[in-house]
Amino acid sequence: MSEKNIYLPSLMKIVKVTEEAPFVKTFRLVFMDEEDEKNFSFKTGQFGEYSLMGAGEVTFCIASAPTRKGYIECTFRSAGRVTTALSKCEAGDTIGFRGPYGNIFPIDEWKGKNLLFIAGGIALPPMRSVIWNCLDLRENFKEITIVYGARTVADLVYKEELEEWENRPDVKLYTTVDPGGETPGWKGEVGFVPIVLDKIAPSAKDTIAIVCGPPVMIKFTFPVLEKLGFKDDDVYTTLENRMKCGFGKCGRCNVGKYFVCKDGPVFTRTQLKGLPEEY
Amino acid sequence: METEKRTLKKSSLEKLFNSLKGEGKKIIAPVKKGSIIDFCEVSTIQEMAEDYLLTVQSAKSAAFPKIEKLFDYVISQEGVSTKDRNLDSIPEMVLFGVRPCDAFGFDSLSAIFNWETKDTIYSKRLEKLSIISFSCNKADAYCFCTSVNGSPGSIAGSDILLTYAENDEFLAEIITEKGKIIAEKSDAFEASKDIDKSKLLADVPVLFDVKKVVKNATASFDSEIWVEQSLRCIGCGSCAFVCPTCACFDIQDESNGKQGSRLRLWDSCGFSLFTIHTSGHNPREVQSARWRQRIMHKFSYMPDRLDVIGCVGCGRCSRACPVDMNIKEHLIQIAKDKI
Repeated sequence: MSEKNIYLPSLMKIVKVTEEAPFVKTFRLVFMDEEDEKNFSFKTGQFGEYSLMGAGEVTFCIASAPTRKGYIECTFRSAGRVTTALSKCEAGDTIGFRGPYGNIFPIDEWKGKNLLFIAGGIALPPMRSVIWNCLDLRENFKEITIVYGARTVADLVYKEELEEWENRPDVKLYTTVDPGGETPGWKGEVGFVPIVLDKIAPSAKDTIAIVCGPPVMIKFTFPVLEKLGFKDDDVYTTLENRMKCGFGKCGRCNVGKYFVCKDGPVFTRTQLKGLPEEY
Repeated sequence: METEKRTLKKSSLEKLFNSLKGEGKKIIAPVKKGSIIDFCEVSTIQEMAEDYLLTVQSAKSAAFPKIEKLFDYVISQEGVSTKDRNLDSIPEMVLFGVRPCDAFGFDSLSAIFNWETKDTIYSKRLEKLSIISFSCNKADAYCFCTSVNGSPGSIAGSDILLTYAENDEFLAEIITEKGKIIAEKSDAFEASKDIDKSKLLADVPVLFDVKKVVKNATASFDSEIWVEQSLRCIGCGSCAFVCPTCACFDIQDESNGKQGSRLRLWDSCGFSLFTIHTSGHNPREVQSARWRQRIMHKFSYMPDRLDVIGCVGCGRCSRACPVDMNIKEHLIQIAKDKI
């Protein structure tokens, strides 16, 4: 069928629920229809519209890597109406999914480079998709460094994976929590992400930086990267704006003439500098 | 196809109407309701308003209804299932007696709904819609179609355009294949006469150069003009709801116990909640940013991305505005060299 209803979601079964942090959960989802599964593919950086029938739709990135076949994952904090309803779902429940939408992180262009991932709080999920994608193609990249911060130790998401990255000899991981957010046994850094980044001062040579976090973290991280010598073309981020449709019609995610859902969500800092401040 | 000219006697208008009715088409026409004129479904031509300038609402709901069901769902013991829309159940409809500006508005809507991905529900409604427009022989101070590539006798978007001439007859222009079929089936049209259409149309002066509006709006994201123009805007969204080209929408579920529907609903960039994030951060935090979005979407982003202007000059937004913001005056100001 060539002309399909673009608003009709596929049905997906929740096969696993992971409690990541207070109010933050990860769902592992599999397609219930074989055709849907067969026709589905995505690339890292893309997002989807997830829905619970009766509650509505909500936009999240696909937090799993395309190299991990057979399922997708999303991680979200229950904060609004739909996420609160979704957070009550359990393994075995059915939700709707439309996607993938949006552009991608061009990891093919990053071959042979060092990668520096910088994430804050609940913004690790989009980055986690890229991280695993790159770790699964490890030979394509040189050094991989991850700087991840959250408000408190409890707020760090993907704790098991952080441990896995910590123990991998081919990954350098720095975790940090905001001052006051540390626990007595905390062995990581204490301090805001930009300050920690400034301290560890990774080299900008042959390095791509991927930054994702709350607006205030991004605002203070960019100047640090600039100081370290990162060129704007080598700094990537993924934007979030409120969305409904995912394909440039509902009219709310645009930043100037660009639609985050179609032209983004992935932008380089060079592109970002050409956008009006509407995100 | 090339537009064919015919004549339609005023007395044959009913014949045309009844022919459409006889085919089982749903006919939507301007109807007088108390002190206002609005689009309603009619079953006889006598129900149609005789003398009107414009309806309060635009004609867009014929293809983009205020509430559109996207699909149904059922939650049962067996699990969750969805049921797609049956597009064949969308009725054949005729917009009878709309103005050229309303017909032109569907160009903008189609550009939005079908760029890159095709909106099948909108497209099916439009496919099943016939548009028989009446040229304007009068205009008011809010009208400015001629400033935004339209005209009181524009054929753009219509299947048939009727222009009232003297001697109780219309100059009929059969514009599309759809119009041709309607004309043939109705047997209401007669051979064309030598009628000078331009003399029959309302005089709508050109007030500004729309190319300048596009150029200046595009270059003025940071201008103070948006604040100045929107100081009294209360963000009620009336302008968007009456606009023939405003297409921004929301998606919500309507639930009735274990079953329900996902709906597409009209929305407006004028509302403060339109862009707000769950975190509370709002990329368009103040009303001036929303007003700028409204104008720039129509006069900068749409021309740039979709090659259409998102305004047909009907003036409805200004007539509906409770604080009397007049888009015509604002566009004249934007078209000036220094803004």
